[in-house]
Amino acid sequence: MTKPKPWISLGGIGVFAVLLLAVAPLVLTDHWLNNVGKYCCWAIAAVGIGLAWGRGGMLVMGQGVFFALGAYSMAMHLTLESAGDRIPGFMVLYDPLAPLPMFWEPFRSAGFTLLAIVLLPVVLAGILGYALFKRRVKGAYFAILTQALAVALATLISSTIRETGGDTGLSDFKYFFGFVLNDPANKLMVYLVAAGLLVLCLLAVWQLYRSRFGELLVATRDAEERVRFLGYDPANVKLVAFVVSALMASIGGAMFVPIVGIITPAEIGAAASILMIAGVAFGGRASLFGPALGAMAVGWGQSSLGSTWPEGWTYILGLMFVVVILFLPNGLSSLPARIAAARRKPVEQPAPAPVVAELEEVRS
Amino acid sequence: MSTSSKRPRTLVAVGATLALALSGCGARAGDEAVAGGTSAAPSCVDTSGASVKLGFLNSLTGGMAISEKTVSNVLHMAADEINAGGGILGKKIEYVQEDGATDWPTFAEKTEKLLTQDCVAAIFGGWTSSSRKAVKPVVEKNNGLFFYPVQYEGLESSPNIYYTGATTNQQIIPAMDYLASQGVKKLFLAGSDYVFPRTANAIIKLYAAELGIEIVGEEYVPLDKDDWTSQVAKIVAAKPDFVFNTINGSSNVGFVKAYYDAGLKAETTPIISVSIAEEEAPAMGHEVTGQYASWNYFQSLKTDTNPKFIESWKAYPNSSGVTSDPMEAAYISLYLYKALVEAAGSFDVDAVNAAAKAKPITFDAPEGTVTLDGENHHISKPGHIGKINSSNQFDIVWSSDKFIEPDPYLEGYDWFPADIRKQLTDAAG
Repeated sequence: MTKPKPWISLGGIGVFAVLLLAVAPLVLTDHWLNNVGKYCCWAIAAVGIGLAWGRGGMLVMGQGVFFALGAYSMAMHLTLESAGDRIPGFMVLYDPLAPLPMFWEPFRSAGFTLLAIVLLPVVLAGILGYALFKRRVKGAYFAILTQALAVALATLISSTIRETGGDTGLSDFKYFFGFVLNDPANKLMVYLVAAGLLVLCLLAVWQLYRSRFGELLVATRDAEERVRFLGYDPANVKLVAFVVSALMASIGGAMFVPIVGIITPAEIGAAASILMIAGVAFGGRASLFGPALGAMAVGWGQSSLGSTWPEGWTYILGLMFVVVILFLPNGLSSLPARIAAARRKPVEQPAPAPVVAELEEVRS
Repeated sequence: MSTSSKRPRTLVAVGATLALALSGCGARAGDEAVAGGTSAAPSCVDTSGASVKLGFLNSLTGGMAISEKTVSNVLHMAADEINAGGGILGKKIEYVQEDGATDWPTFAEKTEKLLTQDCVAAIFGGWTSSSRKAVKPVVEKNNGLFFYPVQYEGLESSPNIYYTGATTNQQIIPAMDYLASQGVKKLFLAGSDYVFPRTANAIIKLYAAELGIEIVGEEYVPLDKDDWTSQVAKIVAAKPDFVFNTINGSSNVGFVKAYYDAGLKAETTPIISVSIAEEEAPAMGHEVTGQYASWNYFQSLKTDTNPKFIESWKAYPNSSGVTSDPMEAAYISLYLYKALVEAAGSFDVDAVNAAAKAKPITFDAPEGTVTLDGENHHISKPGHIGKINSSNQFDIVWSSDKFIEPDPYLEGYDWFPADIRKQLTDAAG
């Protein structure tokens, strides 16, 4: 099997890193740099979805849950940091006399917050994944279950207005781990951290895809029973991919908060989770760069087309999605390979089964 | 595998970049000169040309579009009128319309875009309190101006926001006074589950205790949910004299349906609303004749300026033909801005704020002549209670004897606990 040479991908990550970390801050206005920072956060989550769905075949429709764990951990810390010794303003508004809810207390600590951003998604995805994969829950059942979790969490947050800010969300953060968020130099720093984390995540999946684990993951996706007969436990392979993808979603969520300055349940619910999937499918779920670039493209469409044609842009998104799924089931990143294949003999790529086949599987 | 030895080096390089980024030379907490916002990029507003750019930020899509499109439309009408009359300080208004998409982070993003990318001199719009809460930190850190046209829960003030809708003492408190005057003893609170109804009801409960009105129930349903069946059953069981409705948007339709399905009637268990106006009344799907609303403007209001406003609106393209309180407040907001800029002789935010404090700014609004309070950035308003008639207009059954001065922190009301007020002002500051 001929694989694309690893240094080409590594070079690609290098070019991507230079574009994001050096070129973008020089050429973009503050507003657009901030927007690109936001797309980076979605892209970090998308890289994880690429790993779990593209390579692992697990249609994770509820990544909003893990995005929320990171985002709300960060938002609670920043809210407390801005409030100082006082109880946050919105809590006073709803119930002036009640104390700070118990689960907020530890988020005063920066160390605990960082630990929570990493450990909460790992533990939750670990428990969830273990229970599901050991019972061999997969396909549509897995997808519906994850989606239901996202809906449930969004509803829970909406209905606990005093504890979580409810539908209004958490906003008005003044400091980011001691740095004044309003300072342009600090805004650039926050952007660079988000972009740097995206590059790190890409490097991590690049290494995973090349490793023995990456081969096993693709094998599990394409022929789980055969992997089992070879003596591996597919559940463990899937569990690792699912946990890593949850961790990435959480990191994306955590950086979303200082960059966008507000987090609400609408950003983590069903629609938001599906939009994350849409970006990944659009870009190419099994490729290295596809998920990240797809997520960034969808984000750009939302800011840009959403301004010029508010009523129409969601139709454009839907139409592009249909076109890509119909004609390029492996996403836009498979376009060069398609063109090359049309010219010469087919280039083999670790492509997932087309969506049609997956639907057949779901139906059966 | 030849590259695997390079990988750690790459990781180290990226790690080093992150470390460098973290050690950036930005301001730290405690450096209060910067925390105040002085380090934000200087304003890019350019008013040297023949026109001035203003931003309109309304939800043109999503759940609130039904209400906010009207506000957007009336802002366009006001801009056209002002331009026909020579503009502001002789400069024609050139507006940039943005869509808030009923999504609070989008409101924040578009506010930043309007201020730093389009360089508008002021922004007009928003409807839900959640959208205002999302916009507030962004206009504050960029030292911009935001004009908010909808009645709200009060307990807020910002040097960068002007509120042309009612605060609680101009809508909620008059409604409570009216209920007390009608001999109401038992009140049921029904609201959407978000910041406005929660806060409004907290205030209502405090004032009800003062008035000797018993609160016999309090129910909330999320803004995007329409099923009120089980909550209305609790109203039936509690047998209140009146229902105080702080439900917003289309959830009202579900509430009114459940209310009539449960056999409740305006004659026995009337509703008083603070979000149902001329525009919404016909959309309830049920006859809402006989129900009440508390507002500062009704289409049926007899003032010198109202007939012309109604006439212009009916003639305006895409208009619904009916006028209502929030759109009237939006109409006021643009004219108030014009008056402020002309008093200041400048579009500069600090100059505008100084002009607001220097002398009372007034505008002959359709609801009457309103006066701006330069300290708290709210306007004086008359209070009215209307009863819906069979043509979905309001018969005014009660009016305040004079214009009510805005008091967002309820400082003139002894029953509002001083320690809560202090906590709120501290948290806001």
